[in-house]
Amino acid sequence: MKSSVKRFLALGIRYLLLIGISVVFLYPVLYMVCNSLKSIQDLVNPTVEWLPSKLCWDNYTRALKTLDYGKTLPFTFLYTAVAAIAQTVCCAMAGYAFARHEFPLKRFWMVMLVAAFLIPAQVTLVPRYLMFFNYRLTNTLFAVWLPALLGQGVSSSIFILVFDNFFSSYPKSFDEAAKLDGGGKFTIFFRVALPMVKPAIVVSILFSFVWIWNETYTSGQLMGAGLRTLPMKLESFVAEFTNIYSTASGDMAARLNESGRLAATLLVVAPLMVLYMILQRSFIRGIDAASGLTGE
Amino acid sequence: MKKRNEKEKTKKKNHQLSLHQRNALEGYLFLAPWLVGLALFTLFPVVYSVILSMSDVQMAPTGIKTRFVGIQWYREAFTLDTTFPVSLLDTMKFVLLSTPMIVVSALLLALLLNGKFRGRSVFRGVFFLPVVIISGPVIQELLTTRAAAVIQPESFIIYDFIASLPVVLSAPLLYIFDNIVLILWFSGVQVVLFLAGLQKIGQPIREAASIDGASPWQMFWKIDLPFLKSLILLNTIYTLVQLSAFSSNEVNQEVVNKMTLVGKTYGYSAALSWIYFACMLLVIGAAFLVLRDRKEKAK
Repeated sequence: MKSSVKRFLALGIRYLLLIGISVVFLYPVLYMVCNSLKSIQDLVNPTVEWLPSKLCWDNYTRALKTLDYGKTLPFTFLYTAVAAIAQTVCCAMAGYAFARHEFPLKRFWMVMLVAAFLIPAQVTLVPRYLMFFNYRLTNTLFAVWLPALLGQGVSSSIFILVFDNFFSSYPKSFDEAAKLDGGGKFTIFFRVALPMVKPAIVVSILFSFVWIWNETYTSGQLMGAGLRTLPMKLESFVAEFTNIYSTASGDMAARLNESGRLAATLLVVAPLMVLYMILQRSFIRGIDAASGLTGE
Repeated sequence: MKKRNEKEKTKKKNHQLSLHQRNALEGYLFLAPWLVGLALFTLFPVVYSVILSMSDVQMAPTGIKTRFVGIQWYREAFTLDTTFPVSLLDTMKFVLLSTPMIVVSALLLALLLNGKFRGRSVFRGVFFLPVVIISGPVIQELLTTRAAAVIQPESFIIYDFIASLPVVLSAPLLYIFDNIVLILWFSGVQVVLFLAGLQKIGQPIREAASIDGASPWQMFWKIDLPFLKSLILLNTIYTLVQLSAFSSNEVNQEVVNKMTLVGKTYGYSAALSWIYFACMLLVIGAAFLVLRDRKEKAK
């Protein structure tokens, strides 16, 4: 009896905390959704604070058209998916090397790994552009794909560290048993080691996807004006609008454009949320499968 | 690890050597793509930028002209520059104060989200929002509209109460209150990593512990925490890097602003960046020494 009251109380506190924190995260999103549906009249009307008086879908149709959504979305998806998967494969291999092998200079490479993670992007921008230009990779997708495949993409280091962490945490006897059964090193890696670290794979693909999708600073420069992903189009969308109207009254123009801008922004990040919802399921399923094994 | 080494030591010397060598070779085989990438894509920009930080750079229409000036920019950063040392100190303080809070709150959030309860996947979806938002175009929107400032801590009575406490106690607490929104927003990735780590703890272990009469409190200290120790180090490193790279922190602003400084184009801000880089690397090294596993020390 007493323990059930206690459990009820604990559950209540948990929900209270979760809901409270969710508000912090949801507030800006709700704000964006509401304002993206406002018409110009509602935007300038100070009495309309949250809910628009009339749902104005024009903002979305305009944003869809400006972003060329029908064409840009598949392109951005393909571009990001290839880079994310390439990056995950390379990082899994490197993480496996660090977790399961002893080799000379291991410490040194570990330090280089963390140092590479910390390199300030602004300073290396110009030399990096020069380098890619010399490799004849500028204005091609390979400017992003190749570094990703070789573990030098967006935050690759953290994924190597994650894989290192997960590979270190399951018993080595699994590998050894497979070796005794006559498995080659690559068979062991793909058939035994990788299935053990499914959560790490999902985390790596998920974060790679989100970060590559959102990264415009370096990749925008390298891929040039011919290859524009959704977030890059969004940036120029915002810049163009402020350019046109900046001579009039910048403040007013920004406000008038707000709903269009917010609608476009939501359209750009929506696929990422959908992807998370899909991957999250396999995330949990992978975990269940793994925990059955580690239970020994 | 240790067991294996001992086992190998008992074997014949010749055989042991070849086993070691084979293991090392295999390690390099798996590491090879990353090493090639490091040499191809990371080495040159870094070396070039270090050279630039020691040069007088002239942007001419015909290309970039450089003249070697040694450590002049590095010296000037601390002697002539009036703003850089201050913002460096401020940023380091911000990073050092925020990191432990972000890691601890991420751990608590992950524990809240762990386990079976109704609406779990909805909450997990909501808690993933910061990952999507903070790295993308949305953060720009939020910073301009200031929608992220949803909680005004000053409006709570408890805030006044804490403010009236002695400074030693109140300063860190007030910092938490002032930055709670920021802390929450910056802990998205860490929460997911901790959650993934918590899944490694098999249900049988927990069941066994609860049959033995362990309370949730004891289970946290004896089961969860030891399991998550290596992830705490990982998340600390991630948080440090994330905070140091955040484009609106003072040092990064300074670097960008001074990029086009007359007479010191590019070279000076490169020098500032590398000073900042060295400081952060030291902090990460210290974090590593404090948080690394005991077992690794024995190795």
